[in-house]
Amino acid sequence: MTFRIGPRTSQIIAYTFLLACTIIVIAILLFIIGFIFKNGFGKLSWNFLTENTKAMGKEGGIFPSIIGTLLVTFVAIIIAAPLGIGSALYLTEYTKGGWIRRIISFGADCLAGVPSIIFGLFGFIFFVITLKLGWSILSGGLTLAVMILPTIIRTSEEAIKAVPRAYREISYSLGVGKIDTIIRIVLPTAFPGIATGIILGIGRAVSETAAVIFTAGSSLNIPTSLLSSTRTLAVHFYILAREGISMPNAYGTATVLIIIILLINFIAYRLMHRFIARYY
Amino acid sequence: MANPKIKITNLNLYYEDVHALKDINLEIYPNEILGIIGPANSGKSSLLRAINRLAELDGAVIQGKIELDGTDTRELPVNELRRRVGLIFAAPVVLPGSIYKNITYGPRMHNRYTKKELDELVYFSLTSAGLWDEVKDRLFDSASSLSGGQQQRLCIARTIALKPEVIMMDEPCSGLDPISTAKIEKTMLELKERFTFILVTNNTKQAARVSTRTAFFLNGELIEVAPTETLFTSPKDKRTNDYIVGRFG
Repeated sequence: MTFRIGPRTSQIIAYTFLLACTIIVIAILLFIIGFIFKNGFGKLSWNFLTENTKAMGKEGGIFPSIIGTLLVTFVAIIIAAPLGIGSALYLTEYTKGGWIRRIISFGADCLAGVPSIIFGLFGFIFFVITLKLGWSILSGGLTLAVMILPTIIRTSEEAIKAVPRAYREISYSLGVGKIDTIIRIVLPTAFPGIATGIILGIGRAVSETAAVIFTAGSSLNIPTSLLSSTRTLAVHFYILAREGISMPNAYGTATVLIIIILLINFIAYRLMHRFIARYY
Repeated sequence: MANPKIKITNLNLYYEDVHALKDINLEIYPNEILGIIGPANSGKSSLLRAINRLAELDGAVIQGKIELDGTDTRELPVNELRRRVGLIFAAPVVLPGSIYKNITYGPRMHNRYTKKELDELVYFSLTSAGLWDEVKDRLFDSASSLSGGQQQRLCIARTIALKPEVIMMDEPCSGLDPISTAKIEKTMLELKERFTFILVTNNTKQAARVSTRTAFFLNGELIEVAPTETLFTSPKDKRTNDYIVGRFG
């Protein structure tokens, strides 16, 4: 006697399996966020968000860290996005496959896999010491820029490569030059993909700890310039938890961090959709 | 006969080790429709892409001379050449964006226009391509919402908007139904007064229906070119005869 699974049964098994995978993934995600929120949400208050940090974080709010996080991330994106998109354009539009492109792509892939603490060490030695930028928002932002650059290059590259070749040929055959074709046709068409890469980059930059603690320092003062040292939310959370200063405040900080990431993603998606609606 | 609009002298074109066009000598006269027929890989498309210098982008090596109104095309600014010699592709590909934007995209890169001039240009181009009545109420809808035949006529309108002198078509009806094909052929015959056409087609009957003269290409060689009626009724070369009666290809 042979045992066979009929097509109907195998459909049901496959469906159940895939559904189970999805439910498990969502459950894990909700559990983590729920856990943080349950422990941290009660801590949230207007004062917690707007007050200076006192007694090393045992008391007071996290205002300096919110500002520091936003500034460090802003510096990182402002530097990494144009550089990354620019080099992705060069690789896809101006090199013909070839070894240069393979080496750079390979390098970018390797860099994307390097642990962030290595970037932190590099940033410390190069930006903080050699360039004498000290522990500062600028050093932290530059280090994060270097760290997220590979992600932005690779996602932009894929997005640009996915633009149909026919669009370019049509544009050329209408007598439009290469650079105008890139600006008017290639970039707008690739924009959603590029934006995804930038959002991923922002996510990594906002939540990064190791690379920032070495380069931006851990000052609790409100930054006064890009050369001020600052303590980002992720670093603040790490120090609060590790030094056992205040677990409630650590959870509160984590909650704010998660909300900030959700907000940034939400705004980025909204901007993206508005952009697409204008072009399509 | 009038001076040729385009004059091709001893043209050879190579893609790496493929000799795609061999010693082509061909003249195209103003306000004619030159039909180009021949089986796949006979060099028809390569010829069009050599004329508007798109072939260079694929790494083709070109020898010989192509003149537009007596000027070597290599001495013309390439964007100017491509504006004067438009190319319609086999697959109608509309650019992302509205119908209006598809038409104004090219012209705006060449000149400054006021809003009113652009509106007039859109009207002129769509009317010329026989599409105005079908789309006048939805100029700002996405161009990809049009049917295949309408998209191809939009591509023609897009080229006309550049006020070209020559319009080259690379199998423009290959993916279209007979009614859309008839509309495009009608459009071409109406526009013949204003433009010079080069029509590459796989459909020998289409060449017979619309072209003034017809050229037969085979394996990168121009076998013969003659007034359409002559070519189809008494071809000089046996291979031409074999092709048009459908013995191969």
